[in-house]
Amino acid sequence: MKIAVLSGKGGTGKTLVSVNLAAAAEESVYLDCDVEEPNGHLFFKPGNFYEEEISIKIPAADEKLCSGCRTCVNFCKFNALAFIKDRLIVFDEVCHSCGGCILFCPERALNEKEKTIGKIQKGISGQVTVNTGILNTGEASGIPIIKKLLDENRTNKEIISFIDCPPGSACIVMESIKDADYCILIAEPTLFGVHNLNMVYELVKLFHKPYGVVLNKCQDGENPAERFCNEKGIRILGRIPFDNELGTLNSNAKIAVRENEKYRTVFLSLLETVKKEVRHEAAVNP
Amino acid sequence: MKIAIPVDDKKMEASVCISFGRTPYFMINDTESNESIFIDNSAAASQGGAGIKAAQLLVDHKADVLLTPRCGENAAEVIKAADIKMYKTMPGSARDNINAFTEGKLSILEEIHAGFHGHGEK
Repeated sequence: MKIAVLSGKGGTGKTLVSVNLAAAAEESVYLDCDVEEPNGHLFFKPGNFYEEEISIKIPAADEKLCSGCRTCVNFCKFNALAFIKDRLIVFDEVCHSCGGCILFCPERALNEKEKTIGKIQKGISGQVTVNTGILNTGEASGIPIIKKLLDENRTNKEIISFIDCPPGSACIVMESIKDADYCILIAEPTLFGVHNLNMVYELVKLFHKPYGVVLNKCQDGENPAERFCNEKGIRILGRIPFDNELGTLNSNAKIAVRENEKYRTVFLSLLETVKKEVRHEAAVNP
Repeated sequence: MKIAIPVDDKKMEASVCISFGRTPYFMINDTESNESIFIDNSAAASQGGAGIKAAQLLVDHKADVLLTPRCGENAAEVIKAADIKMYKTMPGSARDNINAFTEGKLSILEEIHAGFHGHGEK
């Protein structure tokens, strides 16, 4: 069972929810796909961890073999190549590593070159397997790291996994939710929060993913995000209070469900609701 | 010498296009014959890397000088590799800028932006 946790902007509570759900589930997998700023590991402080470098393949030209025919330049949809003054220039950060230029080069002048873009850290915290994707500063896309994180988890069918997504609704989020059986959307109780919720709501609909909303930072009075859910008929999975104690635990990098029975109950009940939703979905849309 | 300018329209009076990579046309003025030609910018509709492709287009048309309001870093790398000199345009038409350039009134474009990469440009 793969559960993705996403939101239209940063700071709504993706990590709070995914970390605490994973901890509440006890035996689980937590995948931090927020590769530009992964912070789930700050809570889990995983032990026994090891690192693996992630690299992508980009073309490199052998100038002696290159005839200047420009097949590669014309082929590249992303314009990652230019041919200037009898020399091929490759823009690494524009390249999407499709390998097409290498395949089509009639002179076989292009070869693949490895370029390290980040790493994956794997560790254990209690019974939670914590895998974190980390993109090196300045790199253009973390998608290859997310692919690797999710690919390695693909064969895992039994243990529940939580995918902590990057914020927003761009390609990198699409990659993160691709394999998910269910999406949890985290929403803040403001008009701005509604706008951001709507972005991810449209995304999960586009991907035909079953989804539900967790209302975070709930206070007394009007909640625009709740109103939005009611208007659209979106399932509300749970409510997390805007609460000093929870905020304090969280800002001290403590996992609330491991520290406090009250929050353990909140997240266990949310976990049960989500599991039920996924089972229901599997029965209705197998 | 050939001078290239990104322009919004195919005429001498056209305004200089605010975007280098996604300008609809380039005007190329040959200072020896004082003739100008207009070329379609095939890079304008690119999914990405428009600046690189537009710069390649100018290199292929053998431009020596580029007059532009701004330029992204990838395009600038291509332009530099081709030894094309870049000058910053001033408000006015393509013709005004060619004149200003020949009178030595334009300054070298030194400010290179980090690129928009699909954001912030129409």
